[in-house]
Amino acid sequence: MEFLLQPLTLLTFLPLVGVLVLLFVNAEQKTAIRWIAMVTSLVTFVASLWVLSMFETSNPDLQLEAKYAWIHVAGWNIYYYLAVDGLSILLVMLTAFLTPISILSTWKAVEDRVKDFMIFFLLLEVGMMGVFLAQDLFLFYIFWEFTLVPMYFLIGIWGGPRRVYAAVKFFLYTMAGSILMLLAIIYLGIQAQNTFNVPDLLVRLPDLYATGRIPADVQMLLFIAFTAAFAIKVPMWPLHSWLPDAHVEAPTAGSVILAGVLLKMGTYGFLRFNIQLFPDATVQAAPWIALLATIGIIYGAMVSYAQSDVKKLVAYSSVSHLGFVMLGLFALNAEGVAGAILQMVNHGLSTGALFLLIGMIYEQTHTREIKVYGGLWKITPIFGTIMLIASLSSMGLPGLNGFVGEFTILLGAFGSKAIGSPWYAGLSALGVIMAAVYILYMFQKVFLGPAGEITHHHELKDLNWREILTVLPLVVFMFWIGLYPKPFFDILAPAVEKLLSALPL
Amino acid sequence: MAPPVNYTDLYTILPYIILTVWACLLLLVDAFLIPKSSKGITAFLAALGLAISLGYSVTQVGIQSTGFAGMVTLDGFSTFANILLLASGLFGVALAYGYTKRMGIERGEYYTLMLFSVTGMMLMAQASDLIIVFLALELLSIPLYVLSALARKLDSEESGVKYFLLGAFASGFVVYGTALIFGATGSTHLISIFAQAASGMTSNLLLTIGAALLLVGFGFKVAAVPFHMWTPDVYQGAPTSVTAFMAAGAKIAGFVALFRVFATAFPAIAPDMTAILWAISALTMIIGNIVAISQTNIKRMLAYSAIAHAGYILMAFVPYGNEAVMPIAIAAGLFYLVAYAVSNFGSWGVVIALEKAEGKGLELDDYAGLAKKYPALAIAMTIFMLSLIGFPPTLGMVGKFYLFRSAIAGGFSGLALIGLITSLISAYYYLRVVVNMYMKEGDPEIEREPWLGFTTAVTAIVTVVVSFVPQFLFLLASTAVLR
Repeated sequence: MEFLLQPLTLLTFLPLVGVLVLLFVNAEQKTAIRWIAMVTSLVTFVASLWVLSMFETSNPDLQLEAKYAWIHVAGWNIYYYLAVDGLSILLVMLTAFLTPISILSTWKAVEDRVKDFMIFFLLLEVGMMGVFLAQDLFLFYIFWEFTLVPMYFLIGIWGGPRRVYAAVKFFLYTMAGSILMLLAIIYLGIQAQNTFNVPDLLVRLPDLYATGRIPADVQMLLFIAFTAAFAIKVPMWPLHSWLPDAHVEAPTAGSVILAGVLLKMGTYGFLRFNIQLFPDATVQAAPWIALLATIGIIYGAMVSYAQSDVKKLVAYSSVSHLGFVMLGLFALNAEGVAGAILQMVNHGLSTGALFLLIGMIYEQTHTREIKVYGGLWKITPIFGTIMLIASLSSMGLPGLNGFVGEFTILLGAFGSKAIGSPWYAGLSALGVIMAAVYILYMFQKVFLGPAGEITHHHELKDLNWREILTVLPLVVFMFWIGLYPKPFFDILAPAVEKLLSALPL
Repeated sequence: MAPPVNYTDLYTILPYIILTVWACLLLLVDAFLIPKSSKGITAFLAALGLAISLGYSVTQVGIQSTGFAGMVTLDGFSTFANILLLASGLFGVALAYGYTKRMGIERGEYYTLMLFSVTGMMLMAQASDLIIVFLALELLSIPLYVLSALARKLDSEESGVKYFLLGAFASGFVVYGTALIFGATGSTHLISIFAQAASGMTSNLLLTIGAALLLVGFGFKVAAVPFHMWTPDVYQGAPTSVTAFMAAGAKIAGFVALFRVFATAFPAIAPDMTAILWAISALTMIIGNIVAISQTNIKRMLAYSAIAHAGYILMAFVPYGNEAVMPIAIAAGLFYLVAYAVSNFGSWGVVIALEKAEGKGLELDDYAGLAKKYPALAIAMTIFMLSLIGFPPTLGMVGKFYLFRSAIAGGFSGLALIGLITSLISAYYYLRVVVNMYMKEGDPEIEREPWLGFTTAVTAIVTVVVSFVPQFLFLLASTAVLR
């Protein structure tokens, strides 16, 4: 039972301690509830730093394993198996980092049923950690599906006017993909003598592929089944239609986590499972995924530009940004994949910041229509400045984080053997320009020019200390990654190299 | 000359004998000793009988024997089923205790009838001769007909009569099927049927028709499409505590008999049966789940959900003719029956908590606002709904994983895909309950009854906790192979 005390188990389940405490707190004691949730998530963040301190950067393998033969009866070989490597450590850190920030952002925004909110939020953190750490497909599936439940409640209870519709759509859409993955997981498990853990599968699969026990076309079907689950989560065009609804209706903290972490579960799934488990299919499918990614980049940017609601604009921009991540991943070379992983983090930071900031102004004005704003910078200079930084980071201005990620991805995509044509990268580069268009357009309409109708009629206050404290950590990282990304690349490079060396390229 | 009854015979069906004797005595005690005003005592005595029988059943884990010249069998399979059935009986009593009082239908017969029905169900699990199967089927059914009509209101009586008429019809199919099988093989004994069929001396056509007719009878009991027509009306009309008991007990009994009869006697005609089972399973999953979407009454919705779940269990049983997969199919079926029974009692418990006299409080809209007022009950209901969808972290998810594994291992990935897609559909209507509870405003009132609360809490906890430590249940289910 020592697995219960291992660092990754503690990291994953620490938020549960907070949940247990919260269960016994009177629902009226809102401040106490907020502090309990805050402290829990901060302790979890400290735990993640502890994990990071034990992480060996030069080691490409899974580390800090917590492994326990969980269901080993009746022909089952299911492990409780958590481990971390260069592919996942940054995302684990991102999760632990964004959760306290999100909780801090709800301090004034959530007044109704605070206790339930915090419980669901901490449960969500457990699920997300589990997704990034689980190395057994069964365990992964449990965490993967479980994240839906708290998010469903967060959108459905604390969301905007169409929250129920958005919550149910989010739930069903995501589940639709997951069931195909479940089918594939069970099939894989049966073929590999009831093994579900990824390292063992990686040992057995080459043999199964070579001997034809899993023929090439079946491998492609398995790849597609996993892709269905992950592509919906990312979301890749044309499976993105749940995203704007979920984002717009979700409460601010929900949007931050949704954009910052939940979407990354999809791209991470491709990285950890699709590419590793189905190498031949991956190489075969790479041009097609690149095509979809490119369409997503252009489409997302165009639709963003057409939005009149700021939150929707940022939501659609995620489709575009995640397209870059997918393009980088399926470039299947060191630059592309490393850039993609870094871009996952970048998108979490910049889009997370944008959602936070939009939430802050929305709390005051209760509208997100672009046309009613204008001239905001004069009235709220701090807000305007931070918004500018986040916007520039999102559109990929050199010196900020977005540039590093997108540039590396495009570099990878241009020279990618797997994609086979530089055209995708070329078209995607257009997406960077289009991002500048819609973001600057939004910024200009909201912050510059003559005062709009809201700016006239409202006594708008600038950010207070709590709000600045909420976004400041994100801004710090935007500059850090933008100016000195080396430590981030160093941490993921060995694992990426190992991942790619197994591919038949 | 039949051999005299000996100790082994009696030991083989010991829990059954205990419960039967107990039920007979209870009938007398209830009639003559227990005053009309305190029928609660009868409930406790009935529960005591179930508990004692359950205790003996547990001591039989791992023991195998046959009795009465091979007419009944005791094996891991039957013990597993007996324990599950007796536990279901206990939950049934717990749900009925407060409910019958509140609804003014508290009568001593309620509990004795329930005990008799449980004995029939247990006999279904142990029967290894088609004659005993038929006997057990009637023994379990007749008390249920009476129980359905017990409320003496119009819809309750309609429910009882409907159930009786269609049930009698289904029993007829079982008898006719038995006769044809006897005609084909010269025996009603499951092992002899198998031996005859394997020898190749029999008319496979006659045997197949006979088996198909049996399937009609069992299909009726487990509420598989197209033999499901009675289910929504009966489930809706019957007193809710009866519905809860029936939804779990009759389904378990129907399935264990189906498993034993088909796996023991009919492997030889598996290719034909597989096609039929495939179609029934697919239809049941599709129709059950799709029709459930349009229901506005929670009892009818859960009735269609019960139909759909019969489809999932059948799905795992489709590859029963494959020797390597058959043990998995049966173990998966048993495992899922546990998951289903637990979530079933829990969800019906919540329904009972909200039900008012005159059939009020049964619409889905009546659940609006439940989470704000009664958070614990809403959490419990959410857990049951997730479990019925097959969502983690619940027992239903682990169970469904097992079912799909059986179907896919048997090479029926297409059927598994239908099962998964219909699960997705089912998520829609189960979530509607959750939406109402958490995301709509309302002012529901619930009845607080200690045993009801107890049942709901226990089933909710079991649903979640056992999903994390399902090893023992896996072990039990997988060792519960047929002899």
